[in-house]
Amino acid sequence: MSLLNAIETEAQPQIEAAAVRKRRRHVLDLDDFSQQEILEVLESAEGMSEVLHRDIKKVPALRGRVVVTLFYEASTRTRISFEEAGKILSADVINMSASGSSTEKGESLLNTGLTIQAMGVDIIVIRHPHSGAPYLLAQHLDRVGIINAGDGIHAHPTQALLDLYTVKEKLGRLEGLKIVIVGDVLHSRVARSNIWGFVKMGAQVILCGPSTLLPLDMLRPSGNDDQDNPLASVQVETNLDRALEGADVVMALRLQAERQNGGFLPSMREYIRRWQVTEARLSRANPDALVMHPGPMNEGIEISSTLAHGGRSVIEQQVTNGVAIRMALLYHLSAGGE
Amino acid sequence: MFGLAPDTILIKGPRIIDPGRGVDEVGDILIRDGVILASGTISPDDIPEDCRVVEAGGLVASPGFIDIHCHLREPGYEYKETIAAGTRAAARGGFTSICCMPNTDPPIDNSAMVEFIRQRARDEGIVRVFPIGCVTKGRKGKELSEMEELAVAGVVAFSDDGDPVEDPNLMRLALTYSSDLGLPVTNHCQDLSLSRNGVMAEGRVATRLGLPGIPSAVEEAMMARDIALAELTGGRIHLAHLSTAGSVPLVRQARERGIPVTAEVCPHHLTITDEWVLGGQATGTGTGESFAYDTLTKVYPPLRGQQDVNALVQGLAEGVIDCIATDHAPHELISKLVTYQDAPSGISALETALGSALQLVHGGHMSLITLVERMTVGPARVLGASFDHLSTLAPGTTADIVIFDPDLEWVVDPNEFQSMGKNTPLQGATLKGQVVATMVQGRFVYQDGAVV
Repeated sequence: MSLLNAIETEAQPQIEAAAVRKRRRHVLDLDDFSQQEILEVLESAEGMSEVLHRDIKKVPALRGRVVVTLFYEASTRTRISFEEAGKILSADVINMSASGSSTEKGESLLNTGLTIQAMGVDIIVIRHPHSGAPYLLAQHLDRVGIINAGDGIHAHPTQALLDLYTVKEKLGRLEGLKIVIVGDVLHSRVARSNIWGFVKMGAQVILCGPSTLLPLDMLRPSGNDDQDNPLASVQVETNLDRALEGADVVMALRLQAERQNGGFLPSMREYIRRWQVTEARLSRANPDALVMHPGPMNEGIEISSTLAHGGRSVIEQQVTNGVAIRMALLYHLSAGGE
Repeated sequence: MFGLAPDTILIKGPRIIDPGRGVDEVGDILIRDGVILASGTISPDDIPEDCRVVEAGGLVASPGFIDIHCHLREPGYEYKETIAAGTRAAARGGFTSICCMPNTDPPIDNSAMVEFIRQRARDEGIVRVFPIGCVTKGRKGKELSEMEELAVAGVVAFSDDGDPVEDPNLMRLALTYSSDLGLPVTNHCQDLSLSRNGVMAEGRVATRLGLPGIPSAVEEAMMARDIALAELTGGRIHLAHLSTAGSVPLVRQARERGIPVTAEVCPHHLTITDEWVLGGQATGTGTGESFAYDTLTKVYPPLRGQQDVNALVQGLAEGVIDCIATDHAPHELISKLVTYQDAPSGISALETALGSALQLVHGGHMSLITLVERMTVGPARVLGASFDHLSTLAPGTTADIVIFDPDLEWVVDPNEFQSMGKNTPLQGATLKGQVVATMVQGRFVYQDGAVV
């Protein structure tokens, strides 16, 4: 059933099913999501997408709820889409950024979180340059749900969910697909969360890029849980042409200019020559392969302009779907909480 | 300093472990005026009638433990630890002698500072405190400190602690200059240009958590350099807190070539791994009560993998690594309530050291006498002959003694710590083995769960 009915009728069978499992309080990464729960979120997002495409984009689902977006890093799409998502669901959304706040007076992240909690806020959406910052809040705040909107180079679960949603919407399935993630995987929170998401949904993930920018040791088996390591199926291929052979999805990652200064790359020129996703290279992929990018793009660096805006690009749909996914997650955390 | 014991004390019936003399037997220990009169089988005729008897049947008595690497934070960081609290923690942990690192504010780089530490220890300390002096002025790595003045004032080693001596030429000069002082130079081996902004061991866990990693080569590269410099100069190098599997053969080879090198390892590097940074839950880092990014696990050198742990345990068992040192690094808890990258490094370890280290005995990796050796004779050997009388139960030597129950299970509750630093990743963990009493110079400073 569509979640719309649930929103409008108070009946919430899907959410209740989830509640039996133990209702989720936080969205920190996809590593603790089951395949079933991911599917529930994607299904919810379908309903949310309908709302998003109405003339009057407003439903009362989160009326009386307060959401704070707490951003310690610059953001366009993630922040605006969370704000839009909350407002469409009738939550009161308050935006806070580190600059202009008590952070500038030296207030710690934890005290800022406790302060926001004391104001009766229901959900904090946090972006922070340090990996694990949302976990600090989740551990010490007992009355607020935490959504990770990007922490350091660790995770960006809402981006991964919107990517899963977009691929499923366009290709009709996730299982068995060949997903190629290209670029600075090592420093990419988008890639980390997408690896968890796609692997959990049964897709084959291939990481491609310069060896200096691949998380080789994350995939290396060690310890006692080799058999249980879901990442053991992830493959690494430094040659982009080979990686793209038969790909269903190619996702280019943003390459930050400072990687060259950091010595990870000899030059942008060499990176472009070896790893830019271009139309010519894409000919090796499946004919209906999707081109994705989490944004913001460096057109002409990690992806060619023609491809970014061409017919196989779903980059704008990713942005649109981001709103629906964030609506679904806000609802997922709030509903049935009384 | 510690006052003379008012009476004669008989420690009755413990398993006496005195590694320096190869003793492991049940017997008695008789103490008078702060000195051991006899130990082992003592004839009833030799026991004065009025002596105080401490029943120790079923317990172990050994020379008091010696910690050659701890942080007492005073002066400058008295909100983290003081000499008073730190020595109480030591007593609770069974340590009778501790050596404090000079990363205080101001640092211990002149004789007035050494005297300040010693005076404080006399006034407020309950175990012996030996300061370690800086290798370079202000720990800045530019000019040698006045090492002879420090030695005369009473330091037992030189170290710039967490700031390794980076300049190889300066390290060479430090080893050369100090070679006639008879004291070791302790280096914290971390090549800073390679460790960069790393906050935990490089590897699968760090990559998964998106935390900057510190490769093992950070330690091994500088250790290899220091060993080469010790060979070049003939100076005594002591390698602090080994953490990697690759460090052990470096030390072994240096020893085999006769280079004057000693080494220590911390209880945490012998017992827990970087998996602990995941919050004890390798699948799903945000579920339940257990959270990833536990800043209490942040320590330099970082917790590493199981194979590193295994190699260090073996290195300690075989004597390649001379001793266990706690690297007790107390911090106020609030400083740990930040992101992993922002958190200070260090573990409050004096009071859990024995319980952690005994895991190696209970796990069958070494005998109890070997472990006690690594906490008494081993550290004394690093410091030199003047510590011999503090690491033995031989008649006529100073009565610094620990009595412990190697099998008593207890749950770590940092609120019970004597240390001001409640920062331990072992919070809530069950350890097996606990100190029952600690005696310094014939006087109990810790007994029956309380500082005396």
